[in-house]
Amino acid sequence: MSRPAYRTPVIGDDGPELRARLQAIWETKPGLLGFLGTVDHKEIGIRYIVTAFLLLAAGGVEALVMRLQLAGPDRRLLTPEQYNQLFSTHGMTMIFLYASPVLSGFSNYLWPLLLGARDMAFPRLNALSYWVYLAAAIFLYTGFLVGAGPNDGWFNYVPYALAEYNPGLNQDYYALGMILLGISTSVGAANFIVTAFKMRAPGMSINRIPIMVWGTLTASVANLAVVPAVSLAFFMLWLDRRFGTHFFDSAGGGQPLLWQHLFWLFGHPWVYAIVLPAMGMVSDGLPVFCRRPLVGYSLVALGTVATMILGFGVWVHHMFATGLPALSLSFFSAASFAITFPSLIALASWLATIWLGRPVVTTAFLFFASTILLFVIGGVSGLMTASVPIDLQLTDTYFIVAHLHYTIVGINLFPVVGAVYFWFPKMTGRLLNERLGRWNFWTMFVGFNLAFLPMHITGLLGMPRRVYTYPAHMGWDGLNLLISIGSYIFAAGVLLFLINVARSRRGGAVAGPDPWGGPTLEWATTSPPPPYNFAVIPTIASRHPLWEAALDEEEARSSIHRGMLLDHGKEALATSPMDAEPERIVEMPEDSVGPFALAVGLLVLLFGLLHFQPWLSAAGGLIVAAALLAWLWPRRKLLERAEPAHG
Amino acid sequence: MAELVCADPGPLPVGPVGRSGMGWWGVATLIASEAALFGFLIFAYFYVGATAQPGWLLEPAPKLFPALPNTLLLLASSGAAWWGEKGVERGRRHQAVAGLLGAFVMGAVFAGVQAYEWSVKTYGMGESSYASLYYVTTGLHMAHVLVGLVILLTLAAWTAAGFFSQVRWIPVSAGILYWHFVDVVWLFVFATYYLTPYLGFPQ
Repeated sequence: MSRPAYRTPVIGDDGPELRARLQAIWETKPGLLGFLGTVDHKEIGIRYIVTAFLLLAAGGVEALVMRLQLAGPDRRLLTPEQYNQLFSTHGMTMIFLYASPVLSGFSNYLWPLLLGARDMAFPRLNALSYWVYLAAAIFLYTGFLVGAGPNDGWFNYVPYALAEYNPGLNQDYYALGMILLGISTSVGAANFIVTAFKMRAPGMSINRIPIMVWGTLTASVANLAVVPAVSLAFFMLWLDRRFGTHFFDSAGGGQPLLWQHLFWLFGHPWVYAIVLPAMGMVSDGLPVFCRRPLVGYSLVALGTVATMILGFGVWVHHMFATGLPALSLSFFSAASFAITFPSLIALASWLATIWLGRPVVTTAFLFFASTILLFVIGGVSGLMTASVPIDLQLTDTYFIVAHLHYTIVGINLFPVVGAVYFWFPKMTGRLLNERLGRWNFWTMFVGFNLAFLPMHITGLLGMPRRVYTYPAHMGWDGLNLLISIGSYIFAAGVLLFLINVARSRRGGAVAGPDPWGGPTLEWATTSPPPPYNFAVIPTIASRHPLWEAALDEEEARSSIHRGMLLDHGKEALATSPMDAEPERIVEMPEDSVGPFALAVGLLVLLFGLLHFQPWLSAAGGLIVAAALLAWLWPRRKLLERAEPAHG
Repeated sequence: MAELVCADPGPLPVGPVGRSGMGWWGVATLIASEAALFGFLIFAYFYVGATAQPGWLLEPAPKLFPALPNTLLLLASSGAAWWGEKGVERGRRHQAVAGLLGAFVMGAVFAGVQAYEWSVKTYGMGESSYASLYYVTTGLHMAHVLVGLVILLTLAAWTAAGFFSQVRWIPVSAGILYWHFVDVVWLFVFATYYLTPYLGFPQ
């Protein structure tokens, strides 16, 4: 069948006949091939979230074992080496394998629904980013399970990470695994950027996108730019360890601080990348329960971007104690102070939204609102350590442990759990249990603060982080016992959450398309949404397409049930980057096992490199090359090739 | 009264037409990420160089032959690829294949000369931090050249087999865009390793 290069899209109404046609086009085929080959962003998003929560559970168990060890002085549950691997693996898991991927999962699931699109810009790339993430998690945890987990903290400073001091495979697992994870993050980021700029429904100009899209877009731009820094650092580390190069050892003219620069050039923007999308969830979710639009949309959007821009200029505040020149410390200290201003915008906006709204206190609201308090505590301790003299006193103490947990748990995990309460009905069609939800929230909230608030004090009392035990009579005993008790209460809260999810998935109250009376497009489709998301391409007239009647700000109304049909095949609409004017009809790829095969090939290649097995590496490389060639082979169906002359 | 706004555009392109399409955006993001990678490699050179002891440069006056002509050859291969792309655009298959193959040959000669440069060095990558940086930076660039050569050859074969028309040829544009990147980024690597010593870096 020859298809013309240009076509005027047919405008029509949503209807059962159209839906049946689209269902046949978009549905993933059943069976193993469908499972491995699906490119549906909703399926991929849920896989991301489930995998990330499994890893969160693993990282949590690691923390609980450490808290048993630290519950009292001079305990001998763990050896120093076991403790090193536990705290390093805990950090690696929570920061790299949970905090970022869980947000990617939400964004993958939600973005096309929020944007009024039928899928992400690059569905196969989306599948690849998940499979490679899974491969990296398997690779890194293989190291941990064979006793070769990372043992030098998540930021893995040289020279201890070099072969001379660390001869096992621990660092090689970590280095190669992180390079693999970097591929997943980078391709995911590329996909988010192009999706945000090209796949929005017509009329959704850049000043109408939900804040969560701003958050993930900003984080993705940062990731695209800085993930290569850490991949390069780990590649250089591996070369230093296995091929005798001298990037980091001073004996060969290398520079140990090069590791810290490359790591934190990546690491600090990354810290924002794992909170900005979560802050976006709060900015989008909280107003729904306050029954009013977010206060200061434009400021919050600009604040998100400004936070990230400043976030590129603060990495040295992790290195205040390394003996750098005072002038550069002053610059980075000033930047670290300055970054509080754009971050404060979101806080002020959330408070104003609650203040000016009529809050409906649900579990999701509690989780979102508690973020404000935890953010303030984590922000204030961060502001303190932005000052060089205070940082010199507090660095490498439990004060920093308290600070980073208030920011990451407070501005990532609490909003994420809130987001599950908020969007679980969309994903499954069932509501989570509110009564159990209250227990869930208060147990987590009390347990978390009991566990981490006292760490500020142990830190001020001089207790260093990353020690496997401590002597009695330092004044730390009682506080540490309290911290351990708090951490178990916190874990019980997380367990209640998992129980709620497991029970409500089948037995929860039926949600309907819009249980909360939400303003944005995801609530306009069924719960769970059909594979094609929207039967007709909606046209957007405001920031709150579903609240236009209630708000009555303008005369124009978004068109949800009438629009372009785009039913000549697996089609989506591409629009212009700023104003979202219709620009192109895009042929979307079918399900494909290519991404899965590519991830398998990369995993095989990595094990080959790890163990210096040339045949295994070659086999992995061949799989990768074959999968890439098959993937990139021009397809008539995707209009990448000339049409046949007749037919 | 409220009125429904419903986008009702005129004729839209279906799929990629010419060099514009979603694939272009995909390659652009790939290039952005790769450019960052080389940016960090060059950062590492200047950072290590700036903090190193005197005598860090193993070659205080790098030989510009054959590196400089080789650089010009790589730039010329970008021109050939561009000419080949014009051939696809205008439906001249011979010009297209000739351009792509020309770019491939020039790129292959570049890679050969670079390999020769490595072979006549008096030091290996374990010699010092300078040597490690030199070999890993040029080595990573070489890896990109090799991928680019495979792409050029594949595109030449597809073009010769009549895969593309004057409407549908986005893979050619995407591949050639990548090749331009490989060439441009070499200018930065070349300037860093071959020219800045003459400008007095490091002190």
